[in-house]
Amino acid sequence: MNDSIPALEIQDLVKLYGERRALDGVSFSVETGKIFALLGPNGGGKSTLFRVLSTLTHPDGGRASVLGHDVVKEPGAVRARIGVVFQNPSLDKKLRVRENLQYQGTLYGLAGQELEQRIDELLERFHLVDRSGDLVEVLSGGLARRVEIAKGLLHKPRLLLLDEPSTGLDPGARRELWNQLSAVREEDGTSIILTTHILDEAEGCDRIVLLDRGRVVAEGEPAALKKEVSPSMISIRCARPEMLLEELREKRGLEGRVVHDTVRIPTDQGPEFVAELAEELGDRVRSIAIGQATLEDVFLARTGVDFGDRDQQEAEAEASRSKKKGNR
Amino acid sequence: MNAASSIAKREVVGFLRQRSRVMASVLTPLLFWVFLGLGIGRSFQSSGGDGSSYSSYFFPGVVILALVFAGIFQTITTIQDRENGFLQAVLVAPIPRWAIVLGKMQGATILALIQGVLILPLGFLSGIDFTVLSFVESVLVLTVVAFMMTGLGFLFAWRLESIQGFHAVMNLVLMPMWAMSGAFFPASGAPKTFGWIMLANPLTYGLAALRRVLHPGKVFTDIPGLWLSLAVCMGFGILMLMLSSQAIKKRRG
Repeated sequence: MNDSIPALEIQDLVKLYGERRALDGVSFSVETGKIFALLGPNGGGKSTLFRVLSTLTHPDGGRASVLGHDVVKEPGAVRARIGVVFQNPSLDKKLRVRENLQYQGTLYGLAGQELEQRIDELLERFHLVDRSGDLVEVLSGGLARRVEIAKGLLHKPRLLLLDEPSTGLDPGARRELWNQLSAVREEDGTSIILTTHILDEAEGCDRIVLLDRGRVVAEGEPAALKKEVSPSMISIRCARPEMLLEELREKRGLEGRVVHDTVRIPTDQGPEFVAELAEELGDRVRSIAIGQATLEDVFLARTGVDFGDRDQQEAEAEASRSKKKGNR
Repeated sequence: MNAASSIAKREVVGFLRQRSRVMASVLTPLLFWVFLGLGIGRSFQSSGGDGSSYSSYFFPGVVILALVFAGIFQTITTIQDRENGFLQAVLVAPIPRWAIVLGKMQGATILALIQGVLILPLGFLSGIDFTVLSFVESVLVLTVVAFMMTGLGFLFAWRLESIQGFHAVMNLVLMPMWAMSGAFFPASGAPKTFGWIMLANPLTYGLAALRRVLHPGKVFTDIPGLWLSLAVCMGFGILMLMLSSQAIKKRRG
C-alpha cells in the first residue's frame, strides 16, 4: 500500500452556482493520517467543497482526487473508500438504530455475519449497545450524531469526511465527539477531514485550510499560522478603539486593528509591556490582555475582514438570494 | 442481500410499519368489491356485440388503475428521502446508479402488486372466468406493467422538488394515459387522432396484454398482440430505468 498517496489533492477547483463562484480556484493537498479542517465563514465554500469531495456534485473546473482517485472520473472508487457524515441527519427515523446500520452495510457490500459483527463492534465503541433496538426518532441529537458516525465508519473507510460535525451539539457532546474522532484516527489510522465554521474547533486539528469566498486564504498548521501573524496579541477593550489605536500609532508607533470594541495589537513583547500600557492608559481602557494570536487574527490579517462580520455578511447575502429566488 | 434488494425491502418494511397504509391497501379492494358488485352488476350489461358485457371490458382498466396508482405514488418516497436527508447517504454509497433506481422500482412494484392481486379476483363479478393459469399469467402481466410505470414514477419523482408538485404532475400525466389506453373505450370506435395517441401510449400495451391473458380463448382484432405488448412494456420499463439512472448522474439528489 502506497502511503505517499495524498488523502486529498485539489487543483484549481471551481464550482459555480449560477453566477456565484462558490469555489474560485481552490488548490491544496492533504496527507493521510491527519485530522484536517476546512475552516471558513458562511459562504466560504467549505460545504461546496465537501459536496464535491463526497461526490454529491461535480465541479465546474479543476480537479479533485481523493486517495488517488478522481472524483469525477472514478466516483465509485472514491465512494468505496470514504465514509461520510452529513451535517443534517441522514438516518431513516422510522427504522431502528441497528436496522439503519444494516441497511447502510448492504449499500457497501457488507452482509451476513461479517456485517453483524462489525455493527456490534461499532455499537460497543460508540456506547450505543442498549439503544440499538430503538427507533432513531426517539434518540437525542447527540446520540443520533453518534449513530451517523458509526454509520460512516461501517465499511472501514480510509478517510472520514464530516460536514460541520458539531452542529447542534452541546459542549459536552462536542468534547466527546472530538475524543471519538481522535480515537478513530489513532486506532484505525483513518484520515479525518471536516468542515467547520467554529474557529476553536479548527485549533485542535493537525492542519487547516481557511476558505473565504471560494478561495484559500491560509493553509497550514494552526500554531504556525498564528505565530506568523504574531508571537502574541494584545487585546485592549475600550470605549473608543479607533481613537486609541490612532494614539498608540502616533505615540508609540504601534500597529494594529480594531475589531468591534477591541484593539488588537500584534507584538513580540511580554506581559511587562502590557503592564506598562495599562499604567499609561489607566481608566480609559476596560481591560487589557495578552495572549496567543487566534485564527480570527489569521483571518483578519489575510482578508482584512473580521471573521464574525464575514459570517454575518454572507448570511445576509444568502438570505437575500433566497428571497429573490422565491420558492426553492 | 444486494443493494437494490435492500432498497426494495426498505420500501416494503416502511409500508408495513404504517398501519394506516396497510389498512387502506386492503380496504380499497374491498370498496371496489362493494361498488363493482352493487353498481356494475346490472347497469353495464350487454353492449359488446359478441355477448360480453361492458363491465368485463371495463374491468382490466380498473385493475390497471389501482395497480398503477399504488405503484407510482410509492415512488414519492424518493422525494421524501431527499427532504429528510436519507437520500444523500445512498448517493455517496459505491453502488451503481441504476441499482438505486431498480431498488425503488422493485419496492414500488411489490406494493403495487399487492393492490393488483387483491383486486384481480373481483373479475369474476364482471364475468371473467379465471383458471389458475390465467390468474398467474395476469399477475405476471401486472408485474411488468407495474415495473414500467414505477420507472416513470421515479423519473418524475427525481426531477420534481416537492410532493405537491409530484401529485399535480402525476395526475396530469396518469389520467390521460389511463383514459387513452383502451380502458374506457376501444381504439376502433375512437377518432383517428385518438387512435394514434393510443398506439403511442405504453399503457395501451399493458392493458392489451392483460385483456389477452384474462380471455385466453378470445380473438381480439383491435388491440396489440400479447408478445408485442409485453415487449413494449418491458422496453419502456428499461428505458425509464436508463433515463432515471442518467438523471441521477446529472443532478444531485
